[in-house]
Amino acid sequence: MQGSQHRSLALHGSALAVLFLLQFVLPPYHHSNFTSIMVLAVYGIGYNILIGYTGLLSLGHAMFFAAGLYAAGLGVHYLGLDPVSAFIFGAAATFVFATAVGLVALRTSGVSFMIVTMMFAQACYLLILYFNDVTRGDEGIVLNEAARQIGGLSLIDPTVRYNLALVLFAGALILCLVLIRSRVGRVLVAIRENEERVKMLGYHTFRYKLLALALSGLLSGAAGAAYALMFGYVGATFASIEYSIYALLWVLLGGSGTVLGPLIGALLMFYLVEWTSEVTESYRIVVGAALVLLTLFFPRGILGTLREKRLRWLP
Amino acid sequence: MSFLATQALTRRFGGLTAVDQVDFRLEPGEIRAVIGPNGAGKTTLVSMICGRVAPSAGRIQFDGADITALPPWQRVARGIVYTFQITSVFRNLSCFDNVALAAQRAVTLGKAPWHPVDQHALTSTVAQALERVELHERSDTPASALPYGHQRLLEVAMSLALKPKLLVLDEPTQGLSEAEIANFCKLVREIAADATILLIEHNMDVVMELAQRITVMNNGAILAEGTPAEITASPAVQQAYLGA
Repeated sequence: MQGSQHRSLALHGSALAVLFLLQFVLPPYHHSNFTSIMVLAVYGIGYNILIGYTGLLSLGHAMFFAAGLYAAGLGVHYLGLDPVSAFIFGAAATFVFATAVGLVALRTSGVSFMIVTMMFAQACYLLILYFNDVTRGDEGIVLNEAARQIGGLSLIDPTVRYNLALVLFAGALILCLVLIRSRVGRVLVAIRENEERVKMLGYHTFRYKLLALALSGLLSGAAGAAYALMFGYVGATFASIEYSIYALLWVLLGGSGTVLGPLIGALLMFYLVEWTSEVTESYRIVVGAALVLLTLFFPRGILGTLREKRLRWLP
Repeated sequence: MSFLATQALTRRFGGLTAVDQVDFRLEPGEIRAVIGPNGAGKTTLVSMICGRVAPSAGRIQFDGADITALPPWQRVARGIVYTFQITSVFRNLSCFDNVALAAQRAVTLGKAPWHPVDQHALTSTVAQALERVELHERSDTPASALPYGHQRLLEVAMSLALKPKLLVLDEPTQGLSEAEIANFCKLVREIAADATILLIEHNMDVVMELAQRITVMNNGAILAEGTPAEITASPAVQQAYLGA
């Protein structure tokens, strides 16, 4: 038990250290890619809390990413919020939004939950396009560069961006580790394994699932808000079903129910899409094929398989 | 007033009435067995008592209060604990963690969710529960590595950690060997020293050995109730169930 905690600390600590050091060796192009990947991995970690640790499969998580993205982006654009307030606003708004969605969607389970979350997400996507006057959903809003300053730091500077993304990723990683080691986390995993049993152990499982969804939304929204502020662009594509499926793919590829899985999944998928879209226009077929192959041969993902084979202590 | 009493408790599944206006009473401290052929409504009856299944009509009173509308977790808080017919321990967790999941519920009842867990109380509750079923030496073993009989004992330990007043055992000896059954009966008697036990059981030897009173169900209704001797002598029971 003690040993596994030390090993887990060492592993996640060195993962963060490697990410920190990479910024000094990566060429500019990949440097910027890694910034996006870390932010997207935070979205993946949020998604993983729900699917990997609580066993709830949502097909509409793009709505939470987009909620954070739009809350922060519109906050800057219309209300003139500074980036820090906009980030907090984006994350907090998504937390509330996810709780509200959860109060309705968690009345269902299994396939119905997948469908209900997908419907919610589609409704959000269409709403963004419907209120085009405000959201400029179809063409998007480019955020004013002057507004993207924190104190003396400019969010346009790649080094600042990279390190802020790293801080955000580290925060999400620690939150996830703390959560799954806590007694709440143990109940979430137990719900994943056998919800009926957990109910008969005296737990109000609905509350736990709602908490998981709210935290998952919080992280997804924080990632969305950071994405808007760092890259200065807000658009409806981020609310589309594609972004819900991406989160699912990253988590499945990296290993559902593993803390580092979403990072590895996001990293591999990002470059896979990057390379294939250079070769062919129809890169989505690769995304689809990846999903099929994963389900067939690697249902536990990379880290999930590793854990099964040798690293049983992996959280 | 009885410890547990149901009044005209009914559950319909579509056109089928699984439990039909049952008045069932249980006194504190007794070991009661519920028997009857498959489909007699035994599991539906106890499921309504535990809150897994909502009644279509009727009322349930427990320990001086009406619990008909309470959700299962609140019934657990009042001391009604259900042990599953199909073993459903958490296979990936160690014995300790399995029981801790139950114990952490018991030691945090009535406290705010952010209230820190009393680790000492948690550990000692788990240790006691494991010791009562004699699994304390396998505390760190993953549940999946235990033989089937021990998994059932682990299941009972999880229930014990919840400090039950009424322990419902749904076919607990199914799949156990002769020796394990004897051991299990001894354990149930020990538990009965400070809890009431409601037992659904097919193995008549176990029923005869443990139960102080037996309730026989058939077609969703109570056919007979009495001491083991009375039940064996009852012509109605013999005709409907024992088949003699």
